[in-house]
Amino acid sequence: MENEKVLSVSAIENGTVIDHIPAQSLFKVISLLNLDKLADNQVTFGYNLKSKQLGMKAIIKVSEKFFEDIELDKIALVAPNAKLNIIKNYNVVEKRLVKVPEKVIGIAHCMNPKCITNHEKIPTKFTTSTTGGNIVLRCCYCDKCTDIEHAEIF
Amino acid sequence: MKNRSLVAISDYSKDDYLEIMELAAQFEKNPVQKILDGKVVATLFFEPSTRTRLSFESAVNRLGGKVLGFSDTSQTSVSKGETLKDTIKMVSCYADLIVMRHPLEGAARYASEISKVPIINAGDGANQHPTQCLLDLYSIKKTQGTLDNLKITMVGDLKYGRTVHSLLMAMSYFNPSFSFIAPEELRLPDEYKQFLKQRNIKFEEHTEMAPNINDADIIYMTRVQRERFADPLEYEKVKNVYVLRNSMLDNTKPNVKILHPLPRVNEISTDVDDNPKAYYFEQAQNAVYTRQAIICKTLQLL
Ligand SMILES: [Zn+2]
Repeated sequence: MENEKVLSVSAIENGTVIDHIPAQSLFKVISLLNLDKLADNQVTFGYNLKSKQLGMKAIIKVSEKFFEDIELDKIALVAPNAKLNIIKNYNVVEKRLVKVPEKVIGIAHCMNPKCITNHEKIPTKFTTSTTGGNIVLRCCYCDKCTDIEHAEIF
Repeated sequence: MKNRSLVAISDYSKDDYLEIMELAAQFEKNPVQKILDGKVVATLFFEPSTRTRLSFESAVNRLGGKVLGFSDTSQTSVSKGETLKDTIKMVSCYADLIVMRHPLEGAARYASEISKVPIINAGDGANQHPTQCLLDLYSIKKTQGTLDNLKITMVGDLKYGRTVHSLLMAMSYFNPSFSFIAPEELRLPDEYKQFLKQRNIKFEEHTEMAPNINDADIIYMTRVQRERFADPLEYEKVKNVYVLRNSMLDNTKPNVKILHPLPRVNEISTDVDDNPKAYYFEQAQNAVYTRQAIICKTLQLL
């Protein structure tokens, strides 16, 4: 347990803790997981926490919420080193890392200005690959590649 | 059910290519067959391309089908802002097959996802034009008797030329070797070189045409377009370098044929036209047979 290190955010009884989020990606993670649209769940987050690995990191705790893997893996695009702790009865019952999903649907822009997805309301669709540590998205429509900095994850 | 749309050349396997070659040869022998009797084919040209549209419409007519559609969007509801989605949804109620050309990349793939009937992509911007590729393959097969073990020499704009990239992918199934002749700015992109290396396909790169065309079985010429150059001076430097002249063919192989996806500008000198090694006009004629074959395969009518 890393409780000592994250005292700045209080412990939860049941739910999901997402740690090691780069600080600048916090709000993207919140929006990718629709945490701003939850009705009842208590969500707490810590921002600009010191981290040896990331410089400044963020952490999110969501009470009474257990995500589908596929949902959580979306955040690999903005927080590739995120660590997930599944909490039940104040105990970590499962730890896992996020992995870049094979398909990315509806959450990134294609950087090709002549791509149909930039002219009609179409959910974008990409297949992913990793070259030299960088995530590259290949558009399923125009077949052009978009690197993660230009993908404008939303 | 498998979607039979033809959007990208990679939608087809080696067997599919061979099937099209065989069907096209049959249509060449016997072009008028009432296979499409009672069928309606829509040709939706969101940007004009007279050559491609006419060859598709000729193919449908020879098969006894009916054509509806538009050749540019100025007189249609598209010019009033109708979305591609709505146009495709509507037309797929009226037609058994949609042939479409669109200036935006990925338009045909999107259409194939929302259409009730199959889509044949007749060009989506700079992206894909698979029927052109299949007719190139047919021209190669017809002139060389085989697709296997050929030396294909590609000249001109190898960076942006979509026909070059499609042909390279399609030919990769047939143990070819390639020679790429292009100005520095328009060299074949690395991803295609990687693709060839992974498949152990031999290729060489040159910046000069003669004598590098002498061992070719096929010389595939493309346009070098001014707008591809960031620096207009660079274009002026190379525009006359990648021009094929009749005298350059003296030492080429007797079986070599010159292909060009047309229209040409000045990259093949007119003195080549009467050389029996010139094949670009016959290549255009093959378009109808190949498109007859693709239409029948797409509609699973044979
Ligand atoms: Zn795209």
